[in-house]
Amino acid sequence: MDSITSFLAAAVVAGTPLLFATLGEILTEKVGNLNLGVEGMMLMGSVIGFMAGLNTGSPVIAMLAAAIAGGFGALIYAFLTISLRANQVVCGLTLTIFGTGFSSMVGKKLIGQVTPEKIKVFFVPKRIPIIGDIPFIGDIFFNHDVFVYFGYIVTVLLFIYLYKTAKGLNTMAVGENPAAADAASINVSLYKYVNTLIGGALCGLGGAYLSLVYVPAWQENVTAGRGWIAVALVIFATWKPQRALIGAYLFGGLDIIGFRLQGIPGFAVSQYLIDLLPYVVTIVILVIVSMKKSGKNSPPAGLSNPYFREER
Amino acid sequence: MMQIIKRAETSKTDNFKIRSIAILLSLLILAVFLLIIKLNPIEVYAAIVKGSFGTAYSLRQTLIRAIPLIITSLGIAVAFKMQFWNIGGEGQIVMGAFAASFFALKFPDMDKLPLLLIMFCAGILGGGLWALIAAVLKGKCKTNETIVTLMLNYIALKFITYLQYGPWRDKNSMGFPKIPSFSPSATLPDLFDINIGWVIAIILVIIVYIFMKYTKKGYEISILGESEKTATYAGINIRKTMYIAIFISGALCGIAGVIQASAVSRTLSVEVAGGAGFTAIIIAWLSALSAPIIVVVSILFAALLEGASYIQTALGIPQAAAQLIQAIVLFFVLGSEFFTKYKIKFKSQGMQKEVK
Repeated sequence: MDSITSFLAAAVVAGTPLLFATLGEILTEKVGNLNLGVEGMMLMGSVIGFMAGLNTGSPVIAMLAAAIAGGFGALIYAFLTISLRANQVVCGLTLTIFGTGFSSMVGKKLIGQVTPEKIKVFFVPKRIPIIGDIPFIGDIFFNHDVFVYFGYIVTVLLFIYLYKTAKGLNTMAVGENPAAADAASINVSLYKYVNTLIGGALCGLGGAYLSLVYVPAWQENVTAGRGWIAVALVIFATWKPQRALIGAYLFGGLDIIGFRLQGIPGFAVSQYLIDLLPYVVTIVILVIVSMKKSGKNSPPAGLSNPYFREER
Repeated sequence: MMQIIKRAETSKTDNFKIRSIAILLSLLILAVFLLIIKLNPIEVYAAIVKGSFGTAYSLRQTLIRAIPLIITSLGIAVAFKMQFWNIGGEGQIVMGAFAASFFALKFPDMDKLPLLLIMFCAGILGGGLWALIAAVLKGKCKTNETIVTLMLNYIALKFITYLQYGPWRDKNSMGFPKIPSFSPSATLPDLFDINIGWVIAIILVIIVYIFMKYTKKGYEISILGESEKTATYAGINIRKTMYIAIFISGALCGIAGVIQASAVSRTLSVEVAGGAGFTAIIIAWLSALSAPIIVVVSILFAALLEGASYIQTALGIPQAAAQLIQAIVLFFVLGSEFFTKYKIKFKSQGMQKEVK
């Protein structure tokens, strides 16, 4: 593997937590809920997933626990914004604060702990037969751990769900025009709850990838703002799962580029300045996407507006 | 069957009652949580109160903590009033502190008063312009301000890290990566054993209160927050109003940064904001964006933070507990707002019972 291929392969790995979180937030926003608690849900997932992994040694239980933790965070948000009609922006922010506090509180005793050997072995990169042997592409995309492949699967499933099933169409109807969806006897609250919860579970999984596989140890604030980048990536992806894949891996690349460039002799720019890059690029991309807003790429029409049947 | 009915109007006492019940409930839930992790909740709450108000020293520490919270919350409240979700308080504090530090480090031997004045002007510009980036991008390109202000936080923090490890590194600190300390003339004086920031905070509270309540611009900002359409019909220049409001918002955060750098840490570091930008969001919301209430809530939050660092040493509870307590209280208050707007009617076989 030459250095470019290995860089791109590493970008896919670094982009995986972003992918899960972005997909989760897409699903949430598709039903009209702007949940700014992604960072919090990721942290909850990462600490609970890590703890479950440490105690059971089972990767599957660890992932399940992470998903449940993220879903639990989303449940708080969903109850407040859907049932109690609270402000979505403030609820999301509070969820992030909650998740941050929760993870450092629970994770206090875990600092310095390393992912158990059993789980590490499970997540060792495995080359997929046949397609993994394709030059270049095989090395970049099909020589990874199971979690990365799971990300591909979730992306495909989400695409099928949203665009090819009746339930997915209902989901989008709820996000575009909840009143019309309600009139068409779609249970608006139920759809909002279910999608928001699954979205939270995906964010939790994204967090768990960081603590279980990427680092792989517990460190405080392991997400380091990735949840917020995911919120921006949703806009970059124009609410489409297939584009989330591109965005997540692009930002995965930006995430590691500073470290890689340091290895090149004669490269004089400070690493701390390169660390700025993902955040600057997020703003630049946001500006570009916002400027050429077309009907096709716009957010769900009902985004961040609460729906009250009584106030139609 | 359950039916939700909109309330015609809620009296101030009802509002206060509902919020108080919410806060009490949240403390109760926390108590249960503490019991689960095998701690005596009464002991923990008592320790927080003792650690924050118990002695003259702890009371002073609480008030010192409250200063940046009050000023930053004022800034956040101005932006939120306009429904501009400025969550970049953290970055604006840092950039205000950075601008002030530039002069503090460049002219350490200048006279105290002119140097401090220059530092405050620089801080206002630093914080204000940093916030203005998000406002201009929103005005010109319709970008989402929440994400831009947040990204600007990270950019500001990484930038300070860069300075700390690179060009501004203190050469006399024996390899320890820190920025040099301020000279005495760049340090804010004390009044009654608390840095003079508290006087500045009180003055700013009064100014912001008058500005938002009794001036044309302040009124325009709240109209814009209520409805952009109404504002357009009323002939308000939306962009200009937004730019002014957000500059003020950032400038206030910048002032908080100057005070923190000059009086508390006496240098510039990434910890200069210390989460105040985020806590301020909660405070502003809990205070219903009202300047006088912000003072009270800020002092309570400062007490919580100070108490949390006390229980860390006294009872061995991680300091993150403070964050958790804040979030849970806010969850309950957010949820309780439903009951100030609606009431629930239960219908069962001819009997009707009203529940608030």
